[in-house]
Amino acid sequence: MKTRSEILFEKKPSNNLSVFITAGFPNKESLLEIIPLLENSDCDIIEIGIPFSDPLADGPVIQQSSAIALNNGMNLELLINQVKQVRPLISKPIILMGYLNSLLKFGIERFYESCHEAGVDGLIIPDLPLHEFKNEHELYIKKYNLDFIFLISPTTENKRALELAANSSGFLYLVSSNSTTGNINENKTDLSEKVMTLKNEGLKIPVLIGFGIKTSNDFTKVCKYANGAIIGSAFIQMIKNSNNLQKDIPQFIHNLKTKTHDHSIN
Amino acid sequence: MQAQITKGYSISKNGYYGNFGGAYIPELLYNNVNELVQNYLQLTQDPDFNKELNLLLKDYVGRPSPLYFAKKLSKKYGAKIYLKREDLNHTGSHKINNALGQALLAKKLGKQKIIAETGAGQHGAAAATACALLGLECTVFMGEVDIERQAPNVSRMKMLGAKIIPATSGTRTLKDATNEAIRYWINNNDSYYLIGSVVGPHPYPDLVTRFQAIISKEIKEQLLTAEGKEDPDYVLACIGGGSNAAGAFYNFIGNERVKLIGIEAAGKGLNTEYTAATLQKGSCGIIHGSKTFLMQTYDGQITEPYSISAGLDYPGIGPLHAHLQETKLARYLSATDEESLAAAFELMQEEGIIPALESAHAFAVLKKIEFKENEVVVINLSGRGDKDLDTYLKHFN
Repeated sequence: MKTRSEILFEKKPSNNLSVFITAGFPNKESLLEIIPLLENSDCDIIEIGIPFSDPLADGPVIQQSSAIALNNGMNLELLINQVKQVRPLISKPIILMGYLNSLLKFGIERFYESCHEAGVDGLIIPDLPLHEFKNEHELYIKKYNLDFIFLISPTTENKRALELAANSSGFLYLVSSNSTTGNINENKTDLSEKVMTLKNEGLKIPVLIGFGIKTSNDFTKVCKYANGAIIGSAFIQMIKNSNNLQKDIPQFIHNLKTKTHDHSIN
Repeated sequence: MQAQITKGYSISKNGYYGNFGGAYIPELLYNNVNELVQNYLQLTQDPDFNKELNLLLKDYVGRPSPLYFAKKLSKKYGAKIYLKREDLNHTGSHKINNALGQALLAKKLGKQKIIAETGAGQHGAAAATACALLGLECTVFMGEVDIERQAPNVSRMKMLGAKIIPATSGTRTLKDATNEAIRYWINNNDSYYLIGSVVGPHPYPDLVTRFQAIISKEIKEQLLTAEGKEDPDYVLACIGGGSNAAGAFYNFIGNERVKLIGIEAAGKGLNTEYTAATLQKGSCGIIHGSKTFLMQTYDGQITEPYSISAGLDYPGIGPLHAHLQETKLARYLSATDEESLAAAFELMQEEGIIPALESAHAFAVLKKIEFKENEVVVINLSGRGDKDLDTYLKHFN
């Protein structure tokens, strides 16, 4: 059976926006409000962060949101229950992103089974090595019809990138530069070239670009060669400053996406 | 490349000691870590590299460190107690063995910029020293709380030319300094991460163990002269991350004649919340890229351990020790703050040595083991106590 992400990319191969929000931020019950607002906005994929005490790949904005969420009493069980609660109202793919330690404590099979039951479509676990994925996780990903999304970076060798892509489903996550989330490194590798090379060498799975996407210009730019982008830190920053999520969330996403067809911006 | 060791344990292709170890890192660090995996064995086994390192260890660090027969302690506990005097090393602890080794390795890999984490400041100071000596740029990450608690070491690192970056995330201690160092490494791929203990992703636990293994190599040679045999009956060493113990155990692992005992910090007691005895009170998980025992909540959030000693309050432990415990190749005991303070004062008064609070934990278990007469016991005296004078004075009466 095809997953919601696979169906999405078949129908709409370009300009896809995935929006990342940390569960339990800014309040314990915030997911219940934010997910439906995202459903009714122009975003295409909803990505939910599992808060963790030691998020190694994250920059300050997501770290802080994670710390606040944990302070609010958010945990994995509650997170899954909240997703389960809103899922009937949501048609868009929901992806969970978290660190391996959270899964290990929860129980690996129990985690994937709970994800399946709650209507989660895919997982991103940035610190799960490929060999361990194959040995201990892949069978559950298949059993519970979930997508597993690996990350690659601009400096990932092509052979390795293709291997990670071959083990991914739904899409592949290309980190825009060698950095933690929210940061943009100055000496940027040419991402369009990287994507073109990988496609020439047989990459078939859709590619979303993440880390350091902040403005509609950033979004427009990466959509020229990739299937879309992921926005996290900038969205969380907006949530943090907002007094009116009902108004600000659709507005923020609309603003990000409106210039997408304006090819004069470079 | 297979890092095969035949002394009672082996490391798999992916860096596992049995069920522990590995490299749980984001893809962004893959190239950096892989560069080390591909090169560390070859470089550290290169004769020229070892010639250079050994000369520094001899003339600069002052190795071999003495193996001192502690007459009065021996009489008191009814065994032949020897102290391996790592406290007499330049910079005052075993940390310099690893810092020099890795700084030299970084240089061979063509790296100019070194980053390091530090808790109490012992590893930070050793790294700053090695970098000053070898002409490398040094940046040390230290928790904001530790910067306040360990002001003399902060000044020491600065005078040695290191830049200190305060870790302001999380609990603002060693755990977070390590997180910050790793995040910086992700954003600055040209840096070399000089990790201070037998922790972190493969190959660090093995790399650091190899640089500390000189401790047990010397013990064997020195015991042969002193006792006419290479093997002691016991080796005792304190454990935070576990690097001094890894070095003191290394050449005895799998040797059935030698009992290896690691001593964790029990803090205010194993049955309180204030403890750092990870192997006894923790559970299996992932910390700083390694699968091992760690202190965590039911939900997998890493917690802050407690010990009076700043060098032992790390929430994880080197995967080698998790493996040695599981396979019973070593035993792990613990000592409370109180027991360790008493042991430190005893060592001062009986032998005229002020030990680091960390090392005092190893001495505290002398009371807990029944020795047979003439059994040979080696205690790794991993560091000196100058840095702990304030704490000692507070408890001295």
